[in-house]
Amino acid sequence: MRDTIITNALLIDPEAGTTTLGAVRLHGGLLAEIADSIDVSDADVIDAGGLCLAPGIVDIGVKVGEPGERHKESFASAGRAAAAGGVTTIVTRPDTDPVIDTPEILEFVAKRAGSAARVRVLPMATLTKGRAGREMTEIGFLQDAGAVAFTDGDHVATNTRVYSRALTYAKSLGALVISHVQEPGLSVGAAATSSAFASLRGLPSVSPMAERMGLDRDIALLEMTGARLHIDQITTARALPALKRAKDNGLDITAGISIHHLTLNEMDVADYRTFFKMTPPLRAEEDRLAAIEAVGSGLIDIICSMHTPQDEESKRLPFEVAASGAVGLETLLPASLRLYHAGNLTLPQLFRALALNPAKRLGLESGRLAVGAPADLVLFDADAPFILDRFLLQSKSKNTPFDGARLQGRVRGTWVAGTRIFGEN
Amino acid sequence: MSFRANHLLGIEPLDRDEITTIIDLADSYAASNRRGNTRRDVLAGMTQINMFFENSTRTQSSFELAGKRLGADVLNMSMQTSSVKKGETLIDTALTLNAMRPDLLVVRHPHSGAVDLLAQKVDCAVLNAGDGKHEHPTQALLDALTIRRAKGRIEGLSVAICGDVTHSRVARSNILLLGKLGNRVRLVGPPTLIPGAFKDMGVEIYDDMRAGLQGADVVMMLRLQRERMDGGFIPSEREYYHRYGLDADKLSAAKTDAIVMHPGPMNRGVEIDGTIADDIHRSVIQAQVEMGVAVRMAAMDLLARNLRARRGSAAADGTMV
Repeated sequence: MRDTIITNALLIDPEAGTTTLGAVRLHGGLLAEIADSIDVSDADVIDAGGLCLAPGIVDIGVKVGEPGERHKESFASAGRAAAAGGVTTIVTRPDTDPVIDTPEILEFVAKRAGSAARVRVLPMATLTKGRAGREMTEIGFLQDAGAVAFTDGDHVATNTRVYSRALTYAKSLGALVISHVQEPGLSVGAAATSSAFASLRGLPSVSPMAERMGLDRDIALLEMTGARLHIDQITTARALPALKRAKDNGLDITAGISIHHLTLNEMDVADYRTFFKMTPPLRAEEDRLAAIEAVGSGLIDIICSMHTPQDEESKRLPFEVAASGAVGLETLLPASLRLYHAGNLTLPQLFRALALNPAKRLGLESGRLAVGAPADLVLFDADAPFILDRFLLQSKSKNTPFDGARLQGRVRGTWVAGTRIFGEN
Repeated sequence: MSFRANHLLGIEPLDRDEITTIIDLADSYAASNRRGNTRRDVLAGMTQINMFFENSTRTQSSFELAGKRLGADVLNMSMQTSSVKKGETLIDTALTLNAMRPDLLVVRHPHSGAVDLLAQKVDCAVLNAGDGKHEHPTQALLDALTIRRAKGRIEGLSVAICGDVTHSRVARSNILLLGKLGNRVRLVGPPTLIPGAFKDMGVEIYDDMRAGLQGADVVMMLRLQRERMDGGFIPSEREYYHRYGLDADKLSAAKTDAIVMHPGPMNRGVEIDGTIADDIHRSVIQAQVEMGVAVRMAAMDLLARNLRARRGSAAADGTMV
């Protein structure tokens, strides 16, 4: 296979924190050469015309509807959405129907994903059987079958003894556990974050303190067990000092946040717009600003889409009972670029959180612009404006909060292992 | 007339003039109702459907009576036993109803925002008869009319709303309405039943009943909504009554001419002493029921006028409403 050389590109290097004009050579599925200019003889050449070239996004925590809800999202449609969004690796959640809690189901998922999606698909498995928090799964077998991490999603294990044993066992295997921190008693039934807005709308709400309390508990369990823990979403200012203390104390902890919590706030719900119903709920503006700052400083490590496809019937319900979550694979990058255009984050900072850090946390070689790294790349025009039409999204479900929103930034090309899977040559 | 809305979904979207328009018209309906002149043809030829997804004999009867007094054909649909139980969604229900071409839809629903959602899917005028913990606009309007009739004005009065604010759509609509009309509003009750976030809306919050009622012109009691309580909000009804039940002693902190209100149905001996509720010199609770019919007549009258105007202009344009 001939090499591909992409010239005249603004190279975004999240490791070095730089953006420089240069070229890259793709050879054998890897990045073979990175330089200011490369001899283009004997290769297919793509002139990027000064557009941005960055490591492909590694999206941690993507819900695909297989098994059980294929009408909401299949691996094929999720793969197309990912490619169109510059996402080259999707890490899939196990909160399917049935849940992915046995090696057999995991193998089915891996097989389906491998044949249907052109992006890399890395499945996660549940930490406890049935996500019930009573009995740990076969973590070792699941790891052998390809599980990259273990999570019960938003089912918080209330039995700390079971949870601590699962963490201890996971540690012995070096397995990464992903936790959703919410004090479950406080957050049960909540559809909004506690505030004057939620009170006025008459919505059942949860105090931001529930997140802090959940985090405090998990940090204590981490101290006790020494496990490897990633917190899927830190969305409140109140939780950040506790997270910082845990990191300063040397615990093996990282944290993520969804792009929706970084770019939207509770007021976007307005008159019960269910496409804005998330778990945890969209927070106050001061929480959003604190979270952006935390991403900038590296305290929050990872930005993800928290892609949660829901069909129209699940959303066309009263807010309290409507399904939670939004699709995000295709909007993750343009929505993230809102933070760049607003001057909140630089492009290398963004790709540190979108690609480098998730890859590092999962032990992947991707996520970086370095010789020898996989040639998983996204080429995009950071300035191209457009108005999002949800019906043009590749996902089967169209539940995006950005429908009709003015966004800036379009993907022009996506490569996985050196093969272009989106955009025209 | 400064009421141009297509629906009455809450107090929040209304401005001061619109509120006053409804109350003024309701006042005249109340007067003529008292004179025994109760049959009119304002809604003649129109169909009103009352859809109650929650039981409420009082409110449903009030809307039914209002519609009938204005000459509408009134149909009551009890959604407790309808196809909703068989899995039909709210949207499906709305579309089915819409096909029946009603003119006025009166909706009560246990979920906040559900009435707004339904209003987006139908062509007729929708009246919110209470949605979850969100709003109950006609209750706030009838409260305002009752206050105005009793005190001669609404503006500038000090109103204490007491009890279970957390679960009360009546409280939310009243806080909004009284705020828009320039009143001092206090919320009084145990901190477990008053969302602290209401402070941001310019109300004062008290957890001591006597302090909260000090110098109040209006004492508005709320029903303790035990059916909505899924956890321990109060230690017991006995203790609740001792600390927050309205009795003569606590009422003495308010102004000597303060009126007592309650949206009903009352839990006597829980949030209010029976003798206070029945005291014709203080309690305006029966007047509230009477004003309820008048306010609902006014609201339906105004919405029907707007609906006719819309349909008239649509017919002229050759489009359908």
